[in-house]
Amino acid sequence: MITLKQLASREEWFSSGHTLCPGCSIPVILKLVLGASRNPLVISNATGCLQMGSTLFPHTAWKSNWIHTGYGNASATMSGVTAVYRSLKKKGRLMDEKERKFLVIGGDGSTYDSGISSISGYMERGEDIVYLCYDNQSMAHSGGQASSATPVGASTTTTPAGTVLPGKLQTRKNITAIIAAHRIPYVAQSAPWNWNDLLRKAEKAFETKGPAYLNVLSPCPTHWNTDTDKSIELSRLAADTCVWPMFEIRGGTKITVNYKPRHKLPVSEWLKSQDRFRHLLEKENKWIVDKIQEEIDQNWDFLLSAQNEEETK
Amino acid sequence: MRANKVLDGNTAVSEAVRQLDPDVVMAYPSAPGAPMLERLAMDIANGSLDTELVNMESPQSAISGCIGASAAGGRVFSSASSQELAQMHEMLFIASSLRLPIVIGIADRALSAPINYYADHSDAMAERDCGWIQLFCESPQEAYDNIIQAYKISEHQDVKTPVMVAMDGWITSHTMENVSIEEPSEITDFMGKRIPTYSLLNSTKPLTIGSFSSPNYYFEHKLNQFQGMENSRKIIREVGKEFGDRFGRYYGYFETYKLDDAEYGIIIMSSAAGTAKEAIDRLRSRGEKVGLLKLRVFRPFPFQEIQERLLGLKAIAIFDRNIVPGSQGGPLYNEIRSAMYFCEDNLRPKIFPYIFGLGGRELNLSDIDNTIKEIKEKTEKVESENGFHFVNVRYRQVNNE
Repeated sequence: MITLKQLASREEWFSSGHTLCPGCSIPVILKLVLGASRNPLVISNATGCLQMGSTLFPHTAWKSNWIHTGYGNASATMSGVTAVYRSLKKKGRLMDEKERKFLVIGGDGSTYDSGISSISGYMERGEDIVYLCYDNQSMAHSGGQASSATPVGASTTTTPAGTVLPGKLQTRKNITAIIAAHRIPYVAQSAPWNWNDLLRKAEKAFETKGPAYLNVLSPCPTHWNTDTDKSIELSRLAADTCVWPMFEIRGGTKITVNYKPRHKLPVSEWLKSQDRFRHLLEKENKWIVDKIQEEIDQNWDFLLSAQNEEETK
Repeated sequence: MRANKVLDGNTAVSEAVRQLDPDVVMAYPSAPGAPMLERLAMDIANGSLDTELVNMESPQSAISGCIGASAAGGRVFSSASSQELAQMHEMLFIASSLRLPIVIGIADRALSAPINYYADHSDAMAERDCGWIQLFCESPQEAYDNIIQAYKISEHQDVKTPVMVAMDGWITSHTMENVSIEEPSEITDFMGKRIPTYSLLNSTKPLTIGSFSSPNYYFEHKLNQFQGMENSRKIIREVGKEFGDRFGRYYGYFETYKLDDAEYGIIIMSSAAGTAKEAIDRLRSRGEKVGLLKLRVFRPFPFQEIQERLLGLKAIAIFDRNIVPGSQGGPLYNEIRSAMYFCEDNLRPKIFPYIFGLGGRELNLSDIDNTIKEIKEKTEKVESENGFHFVNVRYRQVNNE
């Protein structure tokens, strides 16, 4: 295990001076994930907050090779890059023999929704690419619209809580399970409050030969309407309420739950911490809160029961 | 040694690609161009080609992969037709805007709806504004030659713009003809390896590709791209001449057939030019002074050269193989009419728009005979040039009141 001091001295691939919102969790996540690679990185980034906020021409926050093409195709773009890498390596035409690591980064909109086909494609082909999803549970860059990562009951600009409708009606997509169903070597879910957990998982992802996937909660002060100094705390609250379990899945079946809250908090604690859920605390919406709690409990119980026996000892 | 083979258009394309030894083939099958990829896959399976072929999950992913591969410094090939090309639409703009050399082969096929499996130019013409160089082929030989030239043009330092090489689906893609296949070492010598200016795989000089461009810069970025396309005008001619000097088959923006002393002209693209040449021979034998201009390069459109070549004709019939509802004529008609705007009035031919061959409808020799008759009559009677003319169709008139 490394100390924070050691971590701080590692090479930074993402510099300050970007234009992401104050309090955004993405730079914290990036610091940990990029810091986990011991090899030069090539990054493909989907359109979204991070891409827009890091490359305002003529500036760039990226110290690694980086490409952005479109919204739903960041991993397809990377498939082309890695194909050339394999080809040139085979033909002995690489400029240098240094091993590279390939990282795709997308928000939840470009991962859960428009990018899912190309993510699924590269995973089926077993390409040696790490995928990082920073999940702020909305289409944050285009103005906080709903994505399929938006949880039930959340008020967004396209699922506003009104006098008739109580925000988003559908349960969020379980992307981590969908990815795990590809039986890729490594899938993990984490959040920035536990820097050591995220760093270790990112290291594991980069070490893994073949596809690896990291789903990381990224609290968004702008669209969750929270204080800018609360993002990391919120990510912890998500774990303590089991809204965002921290776990990893190896080979598609071996599940390990990495964090079990000593006192599992009720989901209402999570809901009242953010403006997007405030309307759910009204009396007539109690049935939605109950439904959310029921889903969280089911999911949590499933994870605990599905844990690999050896791991739990 | 040059080999003379009997090949269809798809095989001719894959022969050319094979000789160019691409680093990567991004494969997504689309009829009728899929055999281009299948033959490369077979070569790889048999160990005669050392290329990474990636079976992508969608056309959008295939073209995205081409962008990634080219940005990583590789030579890349893909193919698409019809719906699959339309699905690439968004990424075609990004490929050309990022100034990436890429070549894709197209076996032109009509766009849905109604779904149809046969040749017309609605797919390629729908992409005419996406910043790609567009070459159209009449025959399998031209498909082979154009693919080789396409890489040379696309990878040229002054151009760095992607190229699509289009032939008519089934008609050219699946019809076998004699094709001269050049000696592989000659092709390697002609082409060389791609030497990229930049590469995502150069870890000593990290790149940011595809950044956010504000109103302060976007316009200049687009002009830069525009310049690449303009530069290609010269390079296309140079490469066509160099190819001809080496292999004996010369290429320019267009080919003319019996046009020098012609009074009436036909302008057409791709495989239908074969029919037009035959019709012209028949008309000539009856004493009609008719000629053909077969356009090879649609983008960049050779305005000046076309204008010079068509000056002095009495009338021309422009054959478009796609229809653009609400427009004043097909894309070829509009470009040529625009090119002729700056002629002296007395030198400008009458220009008539014809739409033919949609969804694989055949073009008969008699259709061309009738067209020539029609434009002759209209010219002699000084009738209006306005209005569409539809060839070999049940309803010739469309009410536009």
